[in-house]
Amino acid sequence: MYQTTYHRASSVDEAAALFAKGSEAKFLAGGQTLLPVMKQRLASPSDVIDLGRIKELIGIEASGDTLSVKAATPHYEVATSDAVKKAIPALAYLASLIGDPAVRYRGTIGGSLANNDPAADYPAATLALGATIKTNKRSIAADDYFKGLFTTALEDGEIITAVSFPVPAKAGYAKFPHPASRFALTAVFVAQMKSGEIRAAATGASQSGVMRVPAIEAALKANWSPTAIDGVNISASNLLADIHGSAEYRANLIKVMAQRAVTAAG
Amino acid sequence: MGVEGIGARVVRKEDKRFITGKGRYVDDIKLLGMTHAHFIRSPHAHAKVKNIDSSAALKMPGVVAVLTGQELVDDKVGNLICGWAITSKDGSPMKMGAWPAMAPETVRFVGQAVAVVIADTKNLARDAAEAVVVDYEELPAVADIQAAIKSGAPQLHPEAPGNQVYDWVIGDEGATDAAFAKAANVVKLDVTNNRLAPNAMEPRAAIADYDAAEEHFTLYTTSQNPHVARLVLSAFYNIAPEHKLRVIAPDVGGGFGSKIFIYPEEMVALWASKKVGRPVKWTGDRTEAFLTDAHGRDHITHAEMALDANNKIIGLKVKTYANFGAYMSLFSSSVPTYLYATLLSGQYNIPAIHAEVVGVYTNTTPVDAYRGAGRPEASYLIERLMETAARQLKVDPAQLRRTNFITQFPHQTPVIMAYDTGDFNASLDAAMKAIDYAGFAARKAQAKSQGKLRGIGVSCYIEACGIAPSKAVGSLGAGVGLWESAEVRVNPVGTIEILTGSHSHGQGHETTFCQLVAERLGVPISQVSIVHGDTDKVQFGMGTYGSRSAAVGLTAILKAMEKMESKAKKIAAHALEASEADIVIENGEFKVTGTDKAIALPMVALAAYTAHNLPDGMEPGLKESAFYDPTNFTFPAGAYICELEVDPGTGKTSFVNFVAADDFGRLINPMIVEGQVHGGLAQGIGQALLEHAIYDANGQPVTASFMDYSMPRADDLPSFNLSHTTTLCPGNPLGIKGCGEAGAIGASAAVINAITDAIGKNNLEMPATPDRVWRTIHAA
Repeated sequence: MYQTTYHRASSVDEAAALFAKGSEAKFLAGGQTLLPVMKQRLASPSDVIDLGRIKELIGIEASGDTLSVKAATPHYEVATSDAVKKAIPALAYLASLIGDPAVRYRGTIGGSLANNDPAADYPAATLALGATIKTNKRSIAADDYFKGLFTTALEDGEIITAVSFPVPAKAGYAKFPHPASRFALTAVFVAQMKSGEIRAAATGASQSGVMRVPAIEAALKANWSPTAIDGVNISASNLLADIHGSAEYRANLIKVMAQRAVTAAG
Repeated sequence: MGVEGIGARVVRKEDKRFITGKGRYVDDIKLLGMTHAHFIRSPHAHAKVKNIDSSAALKMPGVVAVLTGQELVDDKVGNLICGWAITSKDGSPMKMGAWPAMAPETVRFVGQAVAVVIADTKNLARDAAEAVVVDYEELPAVADIQAAIKSGAPQLHPEAPGNQVYDWVIGDEGATDAAFAKAANVVKLDVTNNRLAPNAMEPRAAIADYDAAEEHFTLYTTSQNPHVARLVLSAFYNIAPEHKLRVIAPDVGGGFGSKIFIYPEEMVALWASKKVGRPVKWTGDRTEAFLTDAHGRDHITHAEMALDANNKIIGLKVKTYANFGAYMSLFSSSVPTYLYATLLSGQYNIPAIHAEVVGVYTNTTPVDAYRGAGRPEASYLIERLMETAARQLKVDPAQLRRTNFITQFPHQTPVIMAYDTGDFNASLDAAMKAIDYAGFAARKAQAKSQGKLRGIGVSCYIEACGIAPSKAVGSLGAGVGLWESAEVRVNPVGTIEILTGSHSHGQGHETTFCQLVAERLGVPISQVSIVHGDTDKVQFGMGTYGSRSAAVGLTAILKAMEKMESKAKKIAAHALEASEADIVIENGEFKVTGTDKAIALPMVALAAYTAHNLPDGMEPGLKESAFYDPTNFTFPAGAYICELEVDPGTGKTSFVNFVAADDFGRLINPMIVEGQVHGGLAQGIGQALLEHAIYDANGQPVTASFMDYSMPRADDLPSFNLSHTTTLCPGNPLGIKGCGEAGAIGASAAVINAITDAIGKNNLEMPATPDRVWRTIHAA
C-alpha cells in the first residue's frame, strides 16, 4: 500500500468538505474493494475519507410502501433485519449471499452501489425494484444511475446517503455464484410491483454491467410463472465471457436464474 | 494399545499453538538489523533483458542494494539443478536449459525474477522496485503443450530443440503390440490432466543471516526437507559450504510438495545476506505464490486398452505429454516418468504395458511434484479408462474392475513396481456397501423424477509411497538416497526427545511420533518431544513428501528406539541383578518378567548418565540413532465411490455421497489419518471440479489470484464417509503404507466418472465446471 492520509468523517457534510480538500481523495465505505486494490498498489488515493462511522448513514427504515436502507449499513444488517425480511424478503436473501461473513460485516450497500462492480449483487435488486439512490445532492432513479462497468451517475465527491426501495407485491432473487470470487457469475432479481409493473435485472452477465432484461419482463407480464420464460430467447452478444462462463452459458443462466427467482418469489 | 499408543485417536499436541496463533513461522522471525527483499519480476512470458537501470532506486530512502542476475553470474553462483536424470529412448540424457536464480539475459515465464531490491523495510523495497527500469525485448511465447511441440513454435532453450526435454519409454512395446493384435476389444481415451497451483496456506518465505566473523550462514526457510535444502544449496550453488550453513524450517503452513524444492528466492537471500552484510528477509505474497510456486500435473494423454473376449485386460498403451514449464525444477523430471508410468498397471493384472512420455518446455511457471505427484495422473487415466471400457462393453464398472483385480501377491507389474500386498476386493466391497451401490438405480430414477441427473463413479486407486529404496531410485536416476534418520535421546530424568529428519508442515508428527514411544515404553506422550526442522539439531534427514514420514521416518525412529531399549534393558538387568532376556518394558518400567522386581525408566536413564554402576565396558548415556532405508515402496490402495447430481439447467454438480475405503496398513492415529484423507479428497475434488491454473496463448497467467483460481471451500465438498480395510505392509516392521496423498490420487476419477455417468456422455475434461458440464450435456 502506498502512503495515504486517513480521515474519519463524523458527518456527511464533513466528508464532502474533506473530499474537496484532498487532491486525489477517495471515500471509504466498507473497504471491501478499495482496500484490496490499495494493498495491491493499484490505487493510490492521497486521502481516504471513512464514511463508515457516520451515524446518519447507518440504519434501516420501513414506512408504508418504502424501505429505506441508509448507505453505510452493512450487508449483515440488511440480511438479518426483520424490517427488510418483512418488506422485501428477497433483498434480505440477496444480502445474505454477498461474499462471506467477514465481507458482510464490513461491506455496505452504498459502497456496493458506488463501486458498481458488474457482478455485484445489490445493483440487481436496486434496478429491478426501481429504487431511488439518494445522495447528499439529489435523488437518482435506478434506471438513470447505472452507467456501465464501475461507472455510475454519481458526480465527483457526491455521497450516497440512502437507497429507497419501493415495496413490491412480490420479488425473488436467484444467484449462480462465480466459483472463485463468489460474486454473481450471473444472478437475476425479478419483481412484480404493486403497480403491476414487472421488472427484471441481471448482474454478472453483461459487458455493460447490471441490466434490465426486457424479454423476461415481457414474458412475465403475460404470465408470472417460471414456465413463461421457457420460450424466451436471450442473446449471448454483449455478454461477458471468461474462464468460468462463456457468453452462451451466461445467456442460459439469465433464463434459468430468472425462472428460479420467479419460483422463489412465489 | 495404550490410551496414547498406536491406534489411539490422540488429540494433536501441536494444535494448541496453531489454533491459538502461537505458531512460529518464518515471517514471524525478526532479526537485528534485518533487511527486506523485494523481487522484480518479469511481466513477460518470454523476453530478452536488455538493460536494468537501478540508479534512481539506489537513491531512494532505506535502499541497501539492488542486485541483478548479472551479479549472480559474476559471483559464479550456480544455476538451479534438477536432481533426477532421465534418459530418452534414444539413449540421450535429458536436455536442460540453464535456470539462473535471477535472469541475466532471458526471462521465460511471467514472474521470473530479474533483480532484487534490498531495503530497510518491505514497503521501501517495494517503492524502490517501482523505480527500477527494466528494458525488455519481448519474444514470442508458447504456453501449452500442443503449441510448444508444433514445428515453428517459439523455442525456449537452445539446449532443447523442439522444446523437448526428453522422450522416455517404459514397458515392452513388442509384447504390447502383440496383445493389441489379438484383442477382442480396444478402448481409446484422450484425457487432459489440468494444471494446478498448490496454494499452501503459508506463502514461501526465507530469512538469510550471514555471520561474517564465523563465515557462517543461517537460513530460515519454508521447507519440507531442510537437510536436502542445505545439501543442494551447498553442493551446487557456490554460496555456502555445508558445514557453514544451518537451515531451519520452523513451523511451516502446508506444503503439498511445493516446499520440497529449492527456489531462486532462498538462494538469492543467502547470497545477498553476505553481500549486504545484514540479514535478508523475503516473504512471498499470494500473487508471487501463484507465479512462482511449482505447479502440479499438466499432462495430455492418449491411451488405449486392449481386452480379451472375457473382458480381461491384455494390454495398455499410453502416450503422455508433460508440461514442465520454463525450467526443470528439482524433482520435476521424475514426476511424469518414475512416479507416473510405473503406476499405470493400477490395481489390475495387465500383462503388457508400453508408455511413452514426452517432457515439454513452455513459457509457464515450472511444474514439479504436487500432492500425489504423477500417481494422481496415472490413477485418473486408468480409472477413466476402466469406466470408459465398462460403458463401451456394457458391463458394470465395478464388476469389470473385479474381473481384472490383482489377487495374488507379491505381484510384479510390467512397469517396474512390485506390489507387496493388498486386498482390492475388500476395499471395493466396503465402498460399495457404504454407498449402497445396489440401490443406486432406484435412487437415480427417483432423482430423474425431480429433474436431476444422478450419477455414480468408482475409482480404485493404487499408489507407490514410502519413497523410497535408495538403491532402487539410484538405479533409476535419482541424485539422492531416500532413507530417513532418527535419534532417540532419553534425558537423565527420563523425558524423551525424538529427533527426526521428517518434517511436519501440518501432518501431526509431533503427536503420531510420540505415540510410537508411548506404545513401546508405556510413557505418556507429554513426556516426549519431537525435534525436527533444524540441520544443527537433527543429524540428517530426507524430509517429508511421498507419504513417507510414517513408513520411512517412523521406522527410523523405531530402529533407534530398539537400540536404545536394548541398552536400557542391559542397564536395568544390571541394576535388578537379572538376566537381560528377562526384562520387559511396561508402563514406563523395566520389569523382570514373572516377578515384582522393576526399575522405572527415569532411574535407568539416571543410571546411564551418572554412570556410577553400569555394566562393565558400557558407554555412559542413553541416546541412539538410526538410518533406515526401506526395501520397497509401500502400496496404499483403496476404492472411492462418488454419488452426485447434476443440475441440467446450470450444469452444477452437487454431491450426494462420497465414500472412501482405504487400505493404509497400520494406522498410528486414525483421527489424523482421517484428516489427511479429508484434505486429500478436497484437493482431488478441487482438481475435478474447480481448480485450473490457466495461461493465455501469450503465456500470461489468468488465474493468479483467488478471485479467478477456484480453491475448494467447505461448501464445495460433501461430508465424507471414510472406512479402512487393512493389509499390513510387509516392507516395514510397523506395517505402515502411508496416507498423505491417497485422497488427492483417487478422488478425481470418482468424480468425473460419476458426472459422465449422470450426463450420459463419456468425454468431459477437468475441471468439470458448470459451464463445461452444461455445454457437454447440450452438445449435439
